[in-house]
Amino acid sequence: MERRIRVIVAKPGLDGHDRGAKVIARALRDAGMEVIYTGLRQTPEQIVQAAIQEDADVVALSILSGAHNHLFPRVVELLREKGAGDILVFGGGVIPEEDIPYLKSKGIAEIFGPGTPTTTTVDFIKTHLKRE
Amino acid sequence: MIDTLASRCLDGDTRAVARLISLLEDGDRKAFGTLAALKGRSGMAHVIGITGPPGSGKSTLTDKLIGDFRLRGLRVGVIAVDPSSPFSGGAILGDRLRMQGHATDPGVFIRSLASRGRLGGLSKATAFAVRALEAAGYDIVIIETVGVGQSEVDIVKVADTVVLVSVPGLGDDIQVIKAGIMEIGDIFVVNKSDRDGADRVVREIRAMLETQAMLQRGRSVDAGPDTLAARNAELLHHGQTGPIPETAPPGDGFQLAPVLKTVAETGEGVPELCKVILAGFESAKTSGALESRRRTSIKSQLKDLVAWHVMDYFADRDGDGHLDVLTERVLARELDIYTAARELFSALLKGEKR
Repeated sequence: MERRIRVIVAKPGLDGHDRGAKVIARALRDAGMEVIYTGLRQTPEQIVQAAIQEDADVVALSILSGAHNHLFPRVVELLREKGAGDILVFGGGVIPEEDIPYLKSKGIAEIFGPGTPTTTTVDFIKTHLKRE
Repeated sequence: MIDTLASRCLDGDTRAVARLISLLEDGDRKAFGTLAALKGRSGMAHVIGITGPPGSGKSTLTDKLIGDFRLRGLRVGVIAVDPSSPFSGGAILGDRLRMQGHATDPGVFIRSLASRGRLGGLSKATAFAVRALEAAGYDIVIIETVGVGQSEVDIVKVADTVVLVSVPGLGDDIQVIKAGIMEIGDIFVVNKSDRDGADRVVREIRAMLETQAMLQRGRSVDAGPDTLAARNAELLHHGQTGPIPETAPPGDGFQLAPVLKTVAETGEGVPELCKVILAGFESAKTSGALESRRRTSIKSQLKDLVAWHVMDYFADRDGDGHLDVLTERVLARELDIYTAARELFSALLKGEKR
């Protein structure tokens, strides 16, 4: 039996807009991945526990509230603390260009802004998986 | 390395349990070796199945039940199954969404599984995942099935207690007496009971249960120990507690399966459900009903596993000489396909003896 790529799609922070996250979830599903959708207003702790219990390969974060510089690095940090630093983390949403280098330096593998074709995201996951 | 995985699971290491479940899902042979090393803890947990149609509130109910079990100091593992796409093989696993409030509780482990082509309401790996959670010391394992229709009844082979969730407005009383899903409930829940028509659903289910009990009392004793009817009769005989039905029970010590009303969204009725689930399990344990149910489950799972082995055997040998020869003979109308299948199967049995 072949291995399926498992992805957590999560929205950290307090904004209540998850259309983008749902579109990504659907695109990944259609690309043959198993997507665990955890919903709105998740703390980094909740996201990391979900990633571990679900044995995810990837955590995809979406944020529009502007708190990305705090919340995204926190997710990576907690994953590493739990010995799960091999999970690929990337983000999307409304994120200013100038914040991207900082986020990447904190271990966020990539940032996808609005309008990114979903095929780009799918290809990115397939080529950047850290596990196996 | 695998032994390390087993001992980490026994220590309750979350990452190890999660990884083991993935390996089992992927059909990794070594992972089954790990499972073998965990057999000492097999059967330690109370396995509760939550099943019902899509949107009936199974996930929300599970979320609230987790809370109640936690108040009693029980550690809870959850396996939530959602369907895989028949086209891409992908899946959206959205049950967890309703349970994320428990994500950071170390006494709770939630795992979503995609059905991966299985049609009985569970995935192939569900029963294996239960064993992994038991080994990690979870007292309760809740399995939430995919949203089911009328005939997805695999949960009865895996769970000690099946909670069947209905909602008002799905159809008339004929739906309730149809064969299939309505036969497997040990406890019936009418969720969203603040909606119109909830009492009618409760009455219809009770009427169905009373009829079933009467028919079973009249059934002949030679029906055999392995039929579903016999199992149901046994369950009705032992182990079922709950509120007294509005109408008179059929007597002779028969206890009807409980029918409860809940509003999962607000938690109304969930503490009672929790109580009924646990009480039913305790009395099934003392009466011996649990053991006989598990014996039936194991036997049935064993048969499934053997069938899978046979399928794997032929999948691995696609292009096997014998298979090819027989295929050609069927194609040339020298042999019919049923005879060919029997020939292949008996060749397999002889091969296995060697």
